[in-house]
Amino acid sequence: MADPIADMLKEPAPDEAGTPCPPGGGGIVMASADWLINWSRRSSLWSMTFGIACCAIEMMAAAASRYDWDRYGIIPRGSPRQSDLMIVAGTVTAKMAPVVRRLFEQMAEPRYVIAMGACTIGGGPYAKWGYHVVKGVDKVIPVDVYVPGCPPRPEALLEGILRLQEKIKATRGTLKGTLLNP
Amino acid sequence: MDTDTGPDPCSSVFICGFSDVGWMAMAGWLDRLWVPAIAKGMALTLRHLLRSWFGRGPVTIRYPEERHEMPDGFRGEHYLKVDEQGRIQCVACFLCATACPAECITIEAAPAPWDEREKYPAVFDIDMLVCIYCGMCEEACPCDAIALSPKAYTCQTSREAAVYHRDQLVANYPAERGAAPVSVAPVRVGDHV
Repeated sequence: MADPIADMLKEPAPDEAGTPCPPGGGGIVMASADWLINWSRRSSLWSMTFGIACCAIEMMAAAASRYDWDRYGIIPRGSPRQSDLMIVAGTVTAKMAPVVRRLFEQMAEPRYVIAMGACTIGGGPYAKWGYHVVKGVDKVIPVDVYVPGCPPRPEALLEGILRLQEKIKATRGTLKGTLLNP
Repeated sequence: MDTDTGPDPCSSVFICGFSDVGWMAMAGWLDRLWVPAIAKGMALTLRHLLRSWFGRGPVTIRYPEERHEMPDGFRGEHYLKVDEQGRIQCVACFLCATACPAECITIEAAPAPWDEREKYPAVFDIDMLVCIYCGMCEEACPCDAIALSPKAYTCQTSREAAVYHRDQLVANYPAERGAAPVSVAPVRVGDHV
């Protein structure tokens, strides 16, 4: 079996995770900086502790000892100011949508969003008649990873987190435009 | 003396709720110390701790390496069945699309190239992100052509990748349930008009 840690540390091929790699430039120093920044970002994805509906139960199950997402460096935080990752777990109603947007804006960059469950992604069972449901949280905030299911199993959420880590790993040119790499 | 002291503090819900010590009056002094209850809880915690150290090991499933075996009847991703000759069983009757509460199934019917039936699906798309995996399509199907496999859903980073087309759904057949299906013949654009 392949060593997952070694796989994770391996330099990704371009477009491996299906995400575009913006040209980084800057040579080996900037490439190393990218590697270090991506490694630190993806290894300590602190998630925000909030669940809107029943998907939050599965999110809690993923956090508890059986699935234990602490293994990925994910620690639930109580404040959006301390969080990197927002897991939108549950039906986003029209009343809740501005609150979700505001919480997202309160998070410091870089921030990532996982849309968990059918309601969050596209309305789910409310897709047809749900006058009160936002048909997809990506109408309110940008979403990085979609985790389908109703609700998704904890494995599905962990899979989504792994996908997000792959996506972060493929990010290039983080320091582009800063003083170090103008 | 006639002084107004406001509402009687004892009548407030909070005070009265607090002073309701009926169960405490019935409990013995030992119970009121809470010590036995705390010891009981700690013993349970300690038992689980010792079990995970010396007994059955930690309960954690190390997800990407170890995977939980899905039980029979678990409703995961869909697949479309094919018959012995490798022809898709679906007759494009739209019953699954009608039954779907999330409206995630898109079907376009075309005249079937085979004699014994009228139609077959030229397009059969299921949006796996919108689907709620309720299994109503499976129940509605009169031809037993669609089913939900125990394959747990896969995550996507884009909406487009999550729309499974007809041949993907045929290929989604769980191999442990029988022989691998044969892919159906490709349909030309405009075949069904």
